[in-house]
Amino acid sequence: MSGPGTFAAARAVLAKELLLERRAPQTLVAMALFSGTAYVIFHFALQRDSVSGNLASGVLWVTVLLAALLGVGRLFVADRDEGGLDGFLLAPVDRTALLFAKTLTLFTFLLALEIVAVPLFDILLLGPSPGIGDWGGVLLVLVLADLGIAVVGTLVAAIAVRTRSRDLITSILALPLLIPVVIGASRATAPIFAAAGAGSLPGRWLAVLALYDLIFALLAWALFDFLVED
Amino acid sequence: MPTSTKLYGTRLSAWAIAAAIVLTAAFVLAAFYAPIEADQGFSQKIFYVHVPLAIVTLIGFVFGGVSAVQYLRSGDTRHDLRSYTAIHQSLIFCLGALITGSIWAKAAWGQWWVWDEPTLVSFLIVFLLYATYQPLRFSIEDPERQARYAAVFAVVAGAFIPLNFIAVRLADPLIHPRVLSKSGGNLPGDMKLTFYVAIIGMLLLFITLYKYEMTAKHSRAQVRALKRRLGALDQDAPRGRSAAPSVTAS
Repeated sequence: MSGPGTFAAARAVLAKELLLERRAPQTLVAMALFSGTAYVIFHFALQRDSVSGNLASGVLWVTVLLAALLGVGRLFVADRDEGGLDGFLLAPVDRTALLFAKTLTLFTFLLALEIVAVPLFDILLLGPSPGIGDWGGVLLVLVLADLGIAVVGTLVAAIAVRTRSRDLITSILALPLLIPVVIGASRATAPIFAAAGAGSLPGRWLAVLALYDLIFALLAWALFDFLVED
Repeated sequence: MPTSTKLYGTRLSAWAIAAAIVLTAAFVLAAFYAPIEADQGFSQKIFYVHVPLAIVTLIGFVFGGVSAVQYLRSGDTRHDLRSYTAIHQSLIFCLGALITGSIWAKAAWGQWWVWDEPTLVSFLIVFLLYATYQPLRFSIEDPERQARYAAVFAVVAGAFIPLNFIAVRLADPLIHPRVLSKSGGNLPGDMKLTFYVAIIGMLLLFITLYKYEMTAKHSRAQVRALKRRLGALDQDAPRGRSAAPSVTAS
């Protein structure tokens, strides 16, 4: 196949996505605002001024997961409405480039969201803050979980964008698929947020997250072409 | 030329009779032959319904995933129909497994739902995922795309099942003593025999219901094709979208 290579094409699409979001911030702003509102809701719903341990871990991951759904829901919408998908399909490039680009877009969005949402969580709700070193462990879990959310989110977004009830399909498909990520991530960060001082990072949950990322990355790679065939 | 030379459902009654006989035998064995389990007493007998239901559910989902792969490779819509029917039936069996599991939990532990029974929790998650299969199909109008996207879903969900089981099982602190290993590995001999007969019976029931649904779909398509040849108005044609794959009489 002539034309630019897969990675060059993926880079171009990724650059386009980030440029769009920078010129007219839409998705990221919504995700960040959502996370702030979610913390306020958790404060009143749980009737707690601060949370720690399992509860803190759960609050953080429910917030990240639901905020991520906002990003997943928007991922392909502009391309479908403005003809970006057709343009991409006409270009002499590998379809996988679109998967790479969209996954990286979602991954970048999630990291950007967490740059705002995690410190906000620390200020608003988290009981005793863990030390600087322990945040490194949280970062590792965030990266592993974000990868899984990005891969599965891209797959679900590519399916849902072609359906009639896009919002419904996105939520009902993505949530059950992401339950293992929630199990792994919330178990992994719970000891770090413990009230009695940060415990060590449980390695087996990192392994579960990494396994999840690997399997769904391979699946997405194998199946994505079928979702953009026309 | 006749509309179709292939007859569907010719051996359906044989399958149905076999399923009825083997299942009845399994229940008779469960009631009179298998010993009363020392710890849980009579309520443990639901084991011979619950576990076969769960195992056949998984077999059906795997078959649905394999058929989906075959559809994606070949584009042959018969594989799509197999995948759809297998997942449809498995979903019903999955609901059965959840309900019987819940009844068992109530009898054994006094609660309708226990979160530290990882297999049951995994089944709930798997059920919630596969329950989106029909809404997904229903929301895609173009039949070819509907089949393709549904196949992608069936493959992803099939791969999700073992991952989900690993994650849920690791999360389980195993508080309750496990009287029986669910694989049947450490069952005494008379329980094992009953258990295997029950699995075979449940599998036969699944195959019967699967073939019944396939037969119904094909015969409806054949009737429609015959009506069209007679010039009648096609009143039975599905209006608008449908979650089921469209069958054309061959």
